[in-house]
Amino acid sequence: MSKVKAIEFVEPGSTQITKTGAWRTFVPRIDQKKCIKCSLCEIYCPESSVHQVKDPKSGDLIFDIDLDYCKGCGICEHECPRHAIKLELEEK
Amino acid sequence: MQNLLAPGHRACAGCSMPTIVRLILDAAGPNTIVVSPTSCLEVTTTPFPESAWCVPWLHSLFENAAAVASGVEIALKRFHKEANVLVIGGDGSTFDIGMGSNSGMFERGHKVTYICYDNEAYMNTGVQRSGSTPFCAHTTTTPSGEISLGNPRPKKDMPAIALAHRVPYVATASVAYPVDLRRKVKKAIETQGPSYIQVNAPCITGWTFEAGNTVEIARLAVETGLWPLFEYVNGQLMEVKKVRRPKPVEDYLKSQGRYRHLFKKPGGTEVLKQIQAIADANISKYCLVD
Amino acid sequence: MMKVVEGSYAVAHAAMCCSPDVVSAYPITPQTHIVEHLSQMVADGELSAEFLTVDSEFSALSVLVGASAMGARCYSSTTSQGLALMYEVLYNVSGLRMPVVMTVANRALGAPLNIWNDQQDSVGARDVGWLQLYTENVQEAVDTTPQAYKIAEDMGILTPIMVCMDGFILTHVYEPVELLDKDKVAGFLPAFKPEYVLDPANPKTIGAFADPSTYTEFRYLQFDAQQKALAKIEAVAKEFQETFGRTFGGLIDTYQTDDADIVMVTMGSVIGTIKDAIDEMRAEGIKVGLVKVRSYRPFPVQALRKALKDAGVIAVIEKDVSIGNEAGLVTDLKAAFYNSKIRTPIIGFTAGLGGRDITVKDIRKITEKASAARKGIESEFEFLNLRTEILP
Repeated sequence: MSKVKAIEFVEPGSTQITKTGAWRTFVPRIDQKKCIKCSLCEIYCPESSVHQVKDPKSGDLIFDIDLDYCKGCGICEHECPRHAIKLELEEK
Repeated sequence: MQNLLAPGHRACAGCSMPTIVRLILDAAGPNTIVVSPTSCLEVTTTPFPESAWCVPWLHSLFENAAAVASGVEIALKRFHKEANVLVIGGDGSTFDIGMGSNSGMFERGHKVTYICYDNEAYMNTGVQRSGSTPFCAHTTTTPSGEISLGNPRPKKDMPAIALAHRVPYVATASVAYPVDLRRKVKKAIETQGPSYIQVNAPCITGWTFEAGNTVEIARLAVETGLWPLFEYVNGQLMEVKKVRRPKPVEDYLKSQGRYRHLFKKPGGTEVLKQIQAIADANISKYCLVD
Repeated sequence: MMKVVEGSYAVAHAAMCCSPDVVSAYPITPQTHIVEHLSQMVADGELSAEFLTVDSEFSALSVLVGASAMGARCYSSTTSQGLALMYEVLYNVSGLRMPVVMTVANRALGAPLNIWNDQQDSVGARDVGWLQLYTENVQEAVDTTPQAYKIAEDMGILTPIMVCMDGFILTHVYEPVELLDKDKVAGFLPAFKPEYVLDPANPKTIGAFADPSTYTEFRYLQFDAQQKALAKIEAVAKEFQETFGRTFGGLIDTYQTDDADIVMVTMGSVIGTIKDAIDEMRAEGIKVGLVKVRSYRPFPVQALRKALKDAGVIAVIEKDVSIGNEAGLVTDLKAAFYNSKIRTPIIGFTAGLGGRDITVKDIRKITEKASAARKGIESEFEFLNLRTEILP
């Protein structure tokens, strides 16, 4: 537990310690073959959990979801113009 | 897109608010100081000892965000420093309890960009009616019941109030039009004086809809004419987002539980006509259709 | 150099000498002249602060929350209804540990509406976490202003402070005052350098909400800071005396208490009247004295026990009433004595409410009642000069 100081200054971005991925019931999966890299999923994600990363296999830039924080809301599935994202019931 | 709002915040899954804030901060950049009133935003992003904010951020109280932001802005001037000063707050504090404070800030001409994320009720405390709640929406303090069809009052026209204060930049925006929102925030922060942007922010918990539909519902609000996207510069209407074929208001209303009673109860049909009239009036006033 | 000036001007001048960065205030009788004088000083280039004419007292103090968070030295002034309106922000400022200095031109609270002096406003706000110093005359109000900044801005204290002066009686009086010298004040009062401010180069979040697991500790740290302020108030008063050659006491002050049998205890400008009354009675051989409470918060328990331990009877006179239980100062004093060995009878009087005059005759009447109380307390607390003839 961090100590209380007289004045409550809090460090920027410190909510990252809380992994809201634990809230999830449904998990999104991106079909990279359908993805046109429009980045709408990245723009709309409330958890800033969609990122452009390098695919370890192909070296291409792909969109990936940070499952530490994704709450499984489904906005990305809904907004993807190519229906490349599907939410599935997550096995825990 | 730069991420100045970290994940791990406690907003509901699918809440439009964090997306709106991310877009605002992407447009404003790291040289920004944010003041927020008590709100869903404040509570979900700053549970001690955590904070989602990657820019300096100050909680005001409920009714004084504009006054506190005035103090930040005046101190920047005093110390010959420059930074964007934003208020990001909800409709409860903007439309109601903060009216006096807002009026003072607008009238004194501070260079503060006031952005209201408008989810049309006091959501943080459990969906009570605010001055921003639209006609006949169900809230816990204007519930639909045996003899009630929900909120009996029309939505307060906050942009008109800002315009009456001669706020040099006044605009509406929507989470469903992110490019437009970013552009408007950039324009607002460049304005030499106060600015006011009201962003439509659908709320899953308060409006009752499936989490993934957030952006779609915001889009429908614009496409029906109920949430016109416009821009006033120095009191002149400059830009509107045209709506090619306006959808009937039912498409928007039936997507949310807070209007469900209008499709079931006697008198509901009459209300639907009145809400369509509101949309038609917007379409006419802002020339939304070519 | 002594100058005959209005009390409000003298205090505004003192605030100006402290070089505040941001001044934000809303007009309310009887504080208005302070705000007007500050405005004139700004207009004439005498005061280089950013001065905001705001839309309400709530906004006035809220502006200072934002400015103080940026590292600005802040000043405001209010009274009565205005202090009541900003009540929520008072807690916010003290909780955020912002060293704002605010002159309170003490005035009665409505209803019934009343613009004249009493101390209900600040005494009623004794729990909000602000330090409170009560001044007996204009010179003290002037001198206490830079002292207030020095105490409040101490890194171990960082607590906002109210400098209380009786409305009209001290704000609107014209008397000879030694105005402060700005350069001398600059030497006495170092620049304000807070540890963290709102700064995009080093972003921090200020004002996160604290749940049950941490809230108590934040409150405790404030409580602890006020305890530290006890010594600081004394030290700063001493330092001021060394620099400027004047003092009106630290936590308390005493007048003719050495051999006093009857001792009065009070705060504020009525001290002048009481001193006159004491001089008169002493000439007649009545052993009467006065203890002035200068610091009401933190309450100087040890200092009061020491000053009053030999009194035969104590009479507390105050311009406030705690409706439901006597009044603020007398109940605080009785509580301070309960666990000590002091068993002196204490009686309380509320007087001067709503601006009603307190005269030398009234003080003599109190002394007589106190004297009678030695044989047994008939009335623990009373409204002095209650006009029973106009009661139903």
